[in-house]
Amino acid sequence: MSEQEAEQSPVAKKIEDVGRTTLIGVSEIGYCASLIWESLYWAFMGKSMGQPVRLQSVFAQMMETGIRAIPIVAMLAVTVGMMLAIQGIYTMRIFGAESHVTIGIAFSVVREFAPLITGILVAGRSGSALAARIGIMNINQEVDALSVMGINPVRFLVAPALLAMVIMVPCLTFFSDVIGLLGAGIYVSLDLGVSLAAYWDQVFEWLRVDDVMHGLGKSVLFAILIAVIGVANGAGVRGGAEGVGKVTTRAVVQSISAIVLTDMLFAFMVTR
Amino acid sequence: MTKPTEAELLARPKVIEVEDLVTHYGERMILKGISMDVREGEIMVIMGGSGSGKSTLLRHLMSLEHATSGTMKLLGKNIADLGLKDTYALRRKIGVAFQGGALFSSMTVGENIKLPLREHTDLDEFTMDIMARMKLEVVDLAGFEDLTPSELSGGMLKRAAVARAIIMDPKLLFFDEPSAGLDPVVAAQLDELILRLRDAMGMSIVVVTHELDSAFRIADRITMLDHGHILMIDTPEKMKNCDNTRIQNLLNRRIEEEELDPDAYLRRLTGEDRQHERP
Repeated sequence: MSEQEAEQSPVAKKIEDVGRTTLIGVSEIGYCASLIWESLYWAFMGKSMGQPVRLQSVFAQMMETGIRAIPIVAMLAVTVGMMLAIQGIYTMRIFGAESHVTIGIAFSVVREFAPLITGILVAGRSGSALAARIGIMNINQEVDALSVMGINPVRFLVAPALLAMVIMVPCLTFFSDVIGLLGAGIYVSLDLGVSLAAYWDQVFEWLRVDDVMHGLGKSVLFAILIAVIGVANGAGVRGGAEGVGKVTTRAVVQSISAIVLTDMLFAFMVTR
Repeated sequence: MTKPTEAELLARPKVIEVEDLVTHYGERMILKGISMDVREGEIMVIMGGSGSGKSTLLRHLMSLEHATSGTMKLLGKNIADLGLKDTYALRRKIGVAFQGGALFSSMTVGENIKLPLREHTDLDEFTMDIMARMKLEVVDLAGFEDLTPSELSGGMLKRAAVARAIIMDPKLLFFDEPSAGLDPVVAAQLDELILRLRDAMGMSIVVVTHELDSAFRIADRITMLDHGHILMIDTPEKMKNCDNTRIQNLLNRRIEEEELDPDAYLRRLTGEDRQHERP
């Protein structure tokens, strides 16, 4: 470094820092993209390379990501459904139109709240676990051990987790749709005195397959984001147990931010 | 079995051939033109002080890192020329016992040992069980297959790692600091195991260590590294008797007085040297 460079102005240093941070950000996005590509490569080409993605590993991950999350997803979905019904009836009552509250609830739950709540929950539950697992394996040289045993770490660790998420997050979202609508229906029938059957009739009258697919489509994107962000953070761990704690927190924060941002962009591009 | 003579060793074919290997971490040069070879059935010990580059060299020998320049041949194949499939095929012929074992904590010892078989062969479960037990017998851990790695002591963990490393009957075996953190008796047992593996299975073995007793006990030849350079490659006897001051200081644990460079000292204090290292 020349003397002139060493005596940079604070503004130039700031610009350099911003540039450096941007470069790191871009390289992280590139790494995430390469993880998706590599996972797909091993999922489809693994068998011909003598390294198939094991269905047993995918099922184990599906169990962990999906089945074990059912109770907490159900609890949150029913709560959010009821909350939407309470707020919806309160708002519509101002216009004396509370009998039309079902339309708002149905669209809100299926298009927005079910995928969002499920995505956030899976990010906190499975995304963090994935980051911690990969991080600890990295520190203990377990990832190196896989490589030297001739086992591709992306094929062995990342592809099963990604496939499991892409399958289970939409399933959980659909489950969340049903339970959320049911929770809202229970409150609506109690408050407005309409039967549950009449409530479901109204829901099915207004909801179309497109609305359900809108939510499920988003949930697939959320699943990919949660998996690659978790893995990318775990792979970049530095500094022992403290480092694992940091990347786990970072993975959750980044996943939730990415989910909310993607949700807005998706809604903007598809709904308009 | 007695150690082969130097002439006998050098007459054997090379299983590892490194030519002018240069590597960097960021802008820092770690290995500065390393050239060495390992012969068939040889136990080569790589030694050196902290920061000498021995762990980096080992990672390159295991083909886990890419070199800046230079060539490296493993079992006759140039690493740089290999495609993905060939690289993985080559790696099946090498085994590595990592410093901390690197056993998968979510699996039992038996499952850890069977993992390479499960991934690379079509053997049935019963045959894999028998093979895993055979390797556990070799490392004196028979009956421990159902325990998890967290239930093993340091020495047992390292031996279990050796069992996993030899499950595919590799031609080439790497050990990273096998004696580190072990008491002298357990360390000696591990040395015996390394010698036994070479004698019984004819493997070529590369050991990175800073334990002098262990190195002189097992090595056919020793590569002495210092600040990314090779100081000497020779038999333990010749190394002991050489007149290189640096090597004698390392072997006899003598502290070298470094001449103080006032300019360098000032640069370290002001942090100027770090600015130079920034990518």
